[in-house]
Amino acid sequence: MANLAAVVGIGQTSYTTKRDDVSIAGLVREAAVNALDDAGLTFKDIDAVILGKAPDMFEGVIMPEIYLTDALGCNGKPMLRVHTAGSVGGSTALVAASHVQSGTFKRVLTVAFEKQSESNAMWALSNPQPFSTHLNAGAGGYFAPIIREYIRRSGAPDEVGIKVAVKDRLHGARNPLAHLQLPDITMEEVAESFMLWDPIRYLESCPSSDGACAMVIANEELADKASKRPAWIRGVAMRSEPTMYAGREEVNPQAGRDCAADVYAQAGIKDPRQDLDVAEVYVPFSWYEPMWLENLGFAPKGEGWKLTMEGATSLIDGGDIPWNPSGGVLSSNPIGASGMIRFAEAARQVRNDAGDHQVPGAKLALGHAYGGGAQFYAMWVVGSEKS
Amino acid sequence: MKEIAIVGYQQSDCVSDAGALNEVELIIPVLERVFEQVGISNAQDVDFVCSGSCDYLQGAAFAFVLGVDALGAVPPIKESHVEMDAAWAFYESILKIRMGHADSALIYGFGKSSPGELPIVLSQQLDPYYLAPQWVDTISLAALQARLMLDQGKITERDMAEVVARSRRNALNNPHAQLKGDVTADEVLAEETYLSPLRKADICPVSDGASAAVICTVEKAQEWGLPYAVITGIDHIIESHNPGMRDLTDSVSTRKAAENAGMGEGKVDVAEFYAPFSHQEIILTRALGLGDDTSINPSGGVLAGNLMMASGLSRIGEVFNRIVRGEADRGLAHTTSGPCLQHNLVAILEKGEAA
Repeated sequence: MANLAAVVGIGQTSYTTKRDDVSIAGLVREAAVNALDDAGLTFKDIDAVILGKAPDMFEGVIMPEIYLTDALGCNGKPMLRVHTAGSVGGSTALVAASHVQSGTFKRVLTVAFEKQSESNAMWALSNPQPFSTHLNAGAGGYFAPIIREYIRRSGAPDEVGIKVAVKDRLHGARNPLAHLQLPDITMEEVAESFMLWDPIRYLESCPSSDGACAMVIANEELADKASKRPAWIRGVAMRSEPTMYAGREEVNPQAGRDCAADVYAQAGIKDPRQDLDVAEVYVPFSWYEPMWLENLGFAPKGEGWKLTMEGATSLIDGGDIPWNPSGGVLSSNPIGASGMIRFAEAARQVRNDAGDHQVPGAKLALGHAYGGGAQFYAMWVVGSEKS
Repeated sequence: MKEIAIVGYQQSDCVSDAGALNEVELIIPVLERVFEQVGISNAQDVDFVCSGSCDYLQGAAFAFVLGVDALGAVPPIKESHVEMDAAWAFYESILKIRMGHADSALIYGFGKSSPGELPIVLSQQLDPYYLAPQWVDTISLAALQARLMLDQGKITERDMAEVVARSRRNALNNPHAQLKGDVTADEVLAEETYLSPLRKADICPVSDGASAAVICTVEKAQEWGLPYAVITGIDHIIESHNPGMRDLTDSVSTRKAAENAGMGEGKVDVAEFYAPFSHQEIILTRALGLGDDTSINPSGGVLAGNLMMASGLSRIGEVFNRIVRGEADRGLAHTTSGPCLQHNLVAILEKGEAA
């Protein structure tokens, strides 16, 4: 069995379109130092650094861990760089956890970042390939047809996506780090925002952000002595499937269902809506909330949108299972960091340290990330108690 | 801690230009051979898969995504990827087995470097504010390192030429090598310098291809009834990125990683170094204090063929091959990343007990 491990420090930068006040090194260091401060530690207390980010073309720096070692206090230590597409922030946290859960290290630092203002993500995602069909689509163009198919199958009304867009921005307005601060956003405003990729409107899409997130993960002995309450890692899981194959279920991918089943089994979760107190789930386009509610077993097939419409996922409406109280990816999206932010925000909740977006009394939380053509999944469950 | 073994290793031939083959087509034949070697049918038969590749070699974001197509990942698999040499995917897989979430893992690395100008491409690994804008390519940085060693009297050009000559001769026995031949140091020295003090022969070639390995717990290896080599230690360490802040004529991180991996606990019969430049093999050999009783780079090393993102895994595979063939009892495999040996990984492999 895996050794117990816990998050003992969390640090984030503020998220915004362009952090032109810091270099790439300055950005990752800011998150790292914030995490160390939160843990009451310094770089000297760290045994290894695990770095994650999405494609190198987003900044134009190849294998940036080579350059970032100095900024992350890693000289003389092991440095690992993870890249699993959009799920990378979550995968990086899981690879970092494995350094401790394997008994190999006592305490590690993990950092994920994206400084999207350095280039153009749309270009980086869509440059033509010699042997493949050129889809100049970007992420929204890729996911829109899948969302349309979800709407066709479930019969969900048009305002579901709009409601998610409003709900996550109202959550984000409670999170001072969130990129989009839209405390007065209305359903009408979202409905009237221009259509980008039918049915995804502008305000139903994530922003493009600069930012970094970091965590310190420690073994049981050190976590027991931590200055603040640790978030115990109760389950970890990853799954991948190919982008395309005959009969692939793209609306409700099997890799997501399998990954959830795996992480729930480890954490002893039988009914996720009942057993979990809060979830931070990767929702870059509004409609992915109802879709993932079903994929992750919070609602029966075809009924995820009903939870959204009832307000079950809204912290502000007092819903029973708040999703993305931090504002989620719809409020801040430094792509390579977005998954780790979900994992870190889940940990903040069970540490009872989430400020104005705290879910009262949260004890068990899900962190979720996905990437590629909704084919790469990373999830963890963290709790205020060891078991 | 759980004992972990290597049970399979395969690589493609190192070729200077794989032509119209895409990355998936480079990976599939190697995977098929390693599956056959281990007696499994596809990635479904292992508990974890991890790969190493680089988007900038492919010239596209997400180089590894199509790689998943080569695996048979239906139903979905537990899979991860490092934007590093696959030797680090090997490292990640070991952690996964140690934590009890897998008993076996498939690791692969691939790179098709030929379409671009590799030394120039890799210059964009450097600090984007102070170094990369100068477009200092990897060969130029290595030439500076070699020049430092020559100026300090630590090596001669003949020492470098001897490394090349031995690589070419050793590679005669390596069916996958790209550069091989019965070459003497005098013949190497007769070549003109390319980027002084380096001759073309001092520099590893650009190669296209892939390599793959299967690792598992020792119990699993015995259950499968396969010959195996035990991974008795592994560690990796990165140093400062600023070349002016390091002693480029030594490799402190390699020495420390080898120490942590337990190199000193026994004799090293064979060592495979990822030394893309002749003088770097000398740095590494000296950093570890290896002498005449260690066979250095019997495969020819990467001077004979350099599968970017897979060469590190190949060093481990070469040591494994020698151990299971009974040519060595204990060996050391080294991998590097970054300019002038900035980041180094060392693994120690030993002969397993008969199943």
